[in-house]
This record gives sequence, structure tokens and C-alpha cells, in this order.
Amino acid sequence: MMAHLNFDIAHLLAGGLVLVSFMMIYQDRLSSLLDVFAFHAVVLSASVAWQAHIQDAPHLYITAAIALIFKALIIPTALGRIVQRLGIHREVETVVGTGLTMLAGMGLVALSILLMMRVTAGADALAREDLAFALSVVLLGLLMMVTRRNAVSQVVGFMSLENGLILAAAGAKGMPLVVEISVAFSVLIAFIVIGVFLFRIRERFDTVDMGAMDDFRGEQQ
Amino acid sequence: MAPIDLAALAAGALLALGPLAIMAGRRAASGVYIASGLICAAVAGIGLFALLTGGVSTTVLPIGLPWLGAHLRLDALSAFFATVLGIGGAAVSLYAVGYARHDDDPMRVIPFYPGFLGAMLAVLLADDAFSFLMSWEVMSLLSWALVLAHHHDPEARRAGFVYLVMAAIGTMALLLAFGLMAGPDGGYAFDTIRATTRTPLVAAIILGLMLLGAGSKAGLAPFHAWLPLAHPAAPSHVSALMSGVMTKVALYGFIRVVFDLMGPQAWWASPAVILMGAGTAVLGIILAMMEGDLKRALAYSTIENIGVIFTALGLAMAFRANGMEAAAALAFSAALFHIFNHMAFKSLLFMGAGATLTATGTRSLDRMGGLIHQMPVTAALMLVAVLAISALPPLNGFASEWLIFQSILLSPGLPEPSLQMLAPAAGGLLALAAALAAAAFVRIYGVGFLGRPRSDAARDAVEADRASLAAMGLLAALCVFAGLFPGLILDALAPVASQLTGAHVPAQAGQPWLTLTPVAATRSTYNGLLVAVFIALSGWLAAALVHRLASRDVRRGPAWDCGFPNIDPITQYGAGSFAQPIRRTLGTVLLRARESVDMPEPGDLRPARHEVSYEDPAWLTLYAPVARMVDAAATYVNRFQFLTIRRYLSLVFASLILLLTGLTLWH
Repeated sequence: MMAHLNFDIAHLLAGGLVLVSFMMIYQDRLSSLLDVFAFHAVVLSASVAWQAHIQDAPHLYITAAIALIFKALIIPTALGRIVQRLGIHREVETVVGTGLTMLAGMGLVALSILLMMRVTAGADALAREDLAFALSVVLLGLLMMVTRRNAVSQVVGFMSLENGLILAAAGAKGMPLVVEISVAFSVLIAFIVIGVFLFRIRERFDTVDMGAMDDFRGEQQ
Repeated sequence: MAPIDLAALAAGALLALGPLAIMAGRRAASGVYIASGLICAAVAGIGLFALLTGGVSTTVLPIGLPWLGAHLRLDALSAFFATVLGIGGAAVSLYAVGYARHDDDPMRVIPFYPGFLGAMLAVLLADDAFSFLMSWEVMSLLSWALVLAHHHDPEARRAGFVYLVMAAIGTMALLLAFGLMAGPDGGYAFDTIRATTRTPLVAAIILGLMLLGAGSKAGLAPFHAWLPLAHPAAPSHVSALMSGVMTKVALYGFIRVVFDLMGPQAWWASPAVILMGAGTAVLGIILAMMEGDLKRALAYSTIENIGVIFTALGLAMAFRANGMEAAAALAFSAALFHIFNHMAFKSLLFMGAGATLTATGTRSLDRMGGLIHQMPVTAALMLVAVLAISALPPLNGFASEWLIFQSILLSPGLPEPSLQMLAPAAGGLLALAAALAAAAFVRIYGVGFLGRPRSDAARDAVEADRASLAAMGLLAALCVFAGLFPGLILDALAPVASQLTGAHVPAQAGQPWLTLTPVAATRSTYNGLLVAVFIALSGWLAAALVHRLASRDVRRGPAWDCGFPNIDPITQYGAGSFAQPIRRTLGTVLLRARESVDMPEPGDLRPARHEVSYEDPAWLTLYAPVARMVDAAATYVNRFQFLTIRRYLSLVFASLILLLTGLTLWH
């Protein structure tokens, strides 16, 4: 009975993460995108915490805490300030239409579930579901990076991709903490570097639209 | 110490000699060559010892891949090839001692030369795929550096480029072949590969890859087109090494894989080898016949000889697949014998070409002529080589080609009708090639060494130095020895034939009068010694009779006065004139040979020009289309150099999705 409940809750949280990824895809304003990303991180941290509970692995609580503090609080806040300072919080930017992107995202989820169910036939059910959802989150993050042209939303796409990786790691029982800490810090550093770069780009070109930057490279879109 | 340890030590010493040469600088050139020569002589001794005493010695060195190490092995096959390498390397190094005295820029050659020898030896000793491919690649790269020794010459640079491309393609084919042989478990040690069984289809794919990989290095048509560019571009002693020894190392790779590692094959794998071999022989020698550049003509002749050897190997494969072990042993031994012989006379020919190049400063036959007066010793030694490569008795070329024809005569015993038809046809092509080879070398010798000097440089030529002459004399003696006593060589080859074909040619040592009896005394025999005595006696007798019966008055008349009392040397029969009959009969179709006359208008004072052009069909049908395809593909791929970041991401994304979908469907 307890096992069933454990499984269902883990399933619910991981599925919720995929759902929030979809929510991110159809946000067409940067400020709301950042809000949803913060929510994404909260769901991730809940999912990891639940894994820590059912796997009886206390170090995963630390992972959950890292996810909560860095990804749900610090990074979205900082990115939000950047967006405010750049004055692009109202910008609407998509390359492909939202509906089309959603359809593609559904295909990706179907693909990852099909693939993971076949590849991991021998593993236990929880890890299988978890991996399938994690792969969906990774692919949706990539999809987001591909369909957006604003540098900030590409950063957000990358971070949500990284959330998917952490979900997979948490589900796979026994990823050492060192790896997670290093991943968290590398993401933080990447975030800082990207932030700095955004300002430099802005200073020089007066925009963070990647399409405009391609124009500066002197090439056709 | 087992022979393998000594051989590995020799390879290591040769490889280490290169860096030492860099440190020692240009003054040490002679020393480097002497050291390489001594080590090579030792290698020849080790190889001969291992070949005659039999036995297999192995060792594992803790270098290379961490879990694999470098497996080395010296068995009868590698011992034979080590002997060939040692003799060739020693003679060429001795020649190079003389060459070094007038080399302007020895630092372009000596850092690579000993390493080249060492890498070739390492190929022969390798007993796992990694060591083999590694040594093979080092051999290719060092020989490429040697081809670029005259890098100021744009032609040498082009040759180096084509060579590098072909070497890369060849190594890739070998890599795939070894990958297929090792299988998914990655059993890269030769012992593991030997123990695996494979389907005939996989074996045929491996054979095809070996024909491309090892065949292109050896000069098998249609992959040969780099060879006549690269071999002549190197300094002459390196050309001798590339043509005389490196092609043999390539053949070793082919034999090692096809006869040893791959295990039994279906009979239908052999016709491809026989056909390619026979075609190569004819194509190579026709091109040699057309070529006006001495060293390049020799390189084309190398292609011909490689074709002859491949034909014999193909026959051995056909016999072996049908369980005719004695016949397979005969064809195989004949191929090995020819490998040995070709090393001897082709190295000698390239050394002679190098001597004439040094003396006259040109490689063009039409600017030589009359060198027999200025360079009598070189001319005499070249005559031996020319007679040997033209397969004239009593020299070694005849003995080995005769053995190949003997094995072709056994082909009616093959059960498959297609092979029964193919083998005599290949025999006919080989006979054509042998006859054309004689014509080609009459042309080379006649135009280069006989007649009157065709240029001032040829008139003022001086004899080569003593070291070079000694090296050439050594190889010429070897040619005569192997021609007079072919039975001894055949007996020495018996362990190799037993190892790879399961049988060997009957022992020759007990035959009366050193007669060569490959099958049975009732079938056919050859006695080199007897033929030599007969030729000497009849020649002496004819000369004596002519002198006795002829008038003692000395008659003087204008030379070459065939109705044209013009004294200009250009009116002599030249390289182009010798080639004309063959060019008109065979060249027009095969090589697209064209003649054009540029006749000036009346009143115009410039001379009329008669020009001849021909093309290597491999360039037209294989190299040029492939190059065009690669060019087009590169132009297309070049677009991906200039995409936006988002498009790069999309590409990554799309390929990821594609792979995942593939994985889903395939799983």
C-alpha cells in the first residue's frame, strides 16, 4: 500500500515537472517565463526531496535544497532583474508558433516514453518512469532553446534542461553528492558568465535578440 | 634472447636513430646511414636464422593500448619479410652512404629514413591490430615526409598530397577490415582474430577492404595512381626503399590477413584478386612503356610486378579454397620468390636511376644516352637488373615467373569452370606483361645507356661513387645467385608455405644438378645453372666463330646512318620512338593516347611540333570522379560553417531526435 503511494507521488511530481516544462513553452513574455521557471525548480526540488524520502538517501535533501535555493530563488530573481534593467520584460518573442511548438513537444514526450520503456525493460518501474520524464524534460528544454531567439529565454531553456538531468540523477539511486554540487556550481558560474555577456552584448549592440546579432555577423537569417 | 626480442630491439633502435640524427646534425648523415645499414644487416640475419631454424617466438611489450600492450611475433612469414626488408634496407643504406656525400640538404632525409625502416619492421612484427595499424601509419607518415624531401618542387608537393590522401584512405580501409575481424567484442590480438570464424560474406568484405587498404599501398590497379607520383619524387635511395621494400610490407599485410588471420575462404573470393592482379600487370607495364621519365617508368614497372605477385596470390587462394594444397603452395611460394626478386632488382634499378640522375642531373630518358661509356660499372650492373626484371634466364626474375606459370598450368585441376577459364586468361595477360616488360626495359636501357649522348650532361657524366657501386653490386650478385640456385630459395620458403597453405613445394636440395622441380620431374624442370653454362658456352662459341671467320679489317662507317647522314644525336631512336608501336596498338584504347602535329603556316619560322599525350585510366575513371564528388560534398558541407547559433542548436537537436527515434525503432 505504502509502496504504491510512494510510487504514485513520485510519478505525480515527475509528471508535474513535464507539465511545467510545457507551461514554459507557451509563455511568450520573459517575466512570466521566469516565474514559470521558478515554479519548475520548485517542482524539481519537491520531486528530489520525495526521492530522498522514499530512497532513504539524506544527501538528496541537500540536492533538493540546492535546487530550491539556487534555481527557484537566486537565479530567477537575478534574471528578472537583468530583464528589468534591460527593459525587455514585455517583449514577445518566438520563432515558431506556440501551437506548433506544443505539438512538437508532445511528440518529444511520446518519443522519450516509448524509448525509455523499451530501453530500460529490466529496470524497476520507478526508475523507468523517472527516466522517461527526465528525458522529456531535457528534450523540452532543448526545444525551448531552439525555438526562442532571445538570449534570456535560451538561458532559461538550458537551465530547465539541466533540471531534467538532475531529475534523472535523483531517480537513478546513488549519484554522489560531489557531482551534484559541482553541477550546481557550474550552472551558477555559467549563469554569471551568461549574465555578464548579456550586458556586454547589450552595451555593444543595444539588443539581446540573437537574430539581430546574426545580422551584425553580416549573414542572412 | 629469442629472435623476436632481437628483432624488436632492432626496430626500436631504428626508430630511435631518427631523433638521434636530428641531434647529431647534418654531419652525421653518413653515420646514420651506416648505422641503419648495420642494423638492417642484423635484421636480415635474424630473419634468415628464424626462417631456417623455424619456430615461432612471441613477446608482449607494455606499450600501446593499456589493456592490450604491444604483442609482437616472429614466425616464418614475418621472418621471410624481415629478411627481405633487412637485405633491401642494408643495400639501400650502403648506397645512401655514397648519396649522402653530395646531398645538399640531408636534414630533409636522415631524421625520417631510419624511422621509416624501423616502422616497416614493426609492421612485420606486430601481432595485434593496434600495433599493426600504428606501425603502418608511422610507416606511411615517415615515407610521406621523405617524399616531400624535395619540397621546393611543386610536382613533389602534389605527389605528397596525393600520397597522403591515398595513405589515409588505405589506413581507413585497414581499420575497417581489422574492426570487422575483431568483431563486436574487440578481440584485437591476432590470436583471437585467428580463432574466430566468420561467414563467407564478411570474409569477402574483409578481402575487399584489404585489397583497397594494402593493395593501394602496394600499387594495385585501380588504386595505383599515387605510386608513380610519389615513388619517383623521393630521393633515389628512398625511392628504392619505397618500391623495393615498402610495397613488400604492404603485400605482407595482405598475406597476413588473407592467408593467415581470416581463415578459410570461399573459392569465389579469388577471381577478383586474380583479375585485379593480371590487369594491374598489363596496365602497369604499358604505362612504363610510355613513360619518358626514368624513375617514373621504374615505378610503373613496380606496379606491373605487384600485379604479377597478386595474380600468384589469387591463384594460391583459389587452390587453397579447393583443398589443392600442393598447387597452392607452389603458387604461394612463387609469389614469395617474386617478392624477394623484385626487392633485389627494383632496388638495384632505382639505385642505378639515382646514379644516372646524379651524373646527368635529369630523369628524362631523352636527355641521357651513351652512359655505358661514361659509367661502365653502373651500366653493367643495370644490365643485370634489366635482364632479371625482363624475366630472362638464367636470372632470378625468370625463375620466379616460370614458377608462377607452372602454377597456372595446374589450374585445369580446379573444379570450378569459371576459374578454369580465368586462370589461363590471367596466364595470357601475364605472358603479355612479361613480353612488354622486356620491351620496356630494352627501351630504358637502350635509350638511357646505349647510343650517343643526347645532352651535354650525359656526355660529361662520371661514374658513381664506390659505396653506391658496392651496394648495386651486392644486389646484382643476389639476382645472379637467386637465378642460378632457385632451389635453395624455394627450400628456404618451405616453412612459410607450410604455415599458410598447409603444404610446401617438394624439397629441392636433393635434386640432381640443382634442378628446379616444382611439381614432379616428369612435368617440368628448370636448371638455372645449366642454362647459364649453356648461354656462356654458346655465347663464347659464337663470339669465337665470328672473330675467327670475320675479316680482320676494321671497318669504320657513320653511326646510325640509316639513310640520314645527320649527326645530331636527336635523330637517334628515342624513348618516344621506342614506345610508338605499343602506343599505337594498345595505348589508343587503353590509355587514350593521342598524337597531334602542330604544323606552322608557310612563312612561319617556328619549328613544327609533334606531341604525344596519354592518360592513366585510373585517374579518369576512379580518382577524378571521386575527387569531384569529395569537392562537391565539401562545398555543400561548407555552408554549415556559417549558420546562426540557433540553427546550430536546431541541428544538434534534430540529430539527437533522429538518433533517439532510430534507437526506439531498432530496439
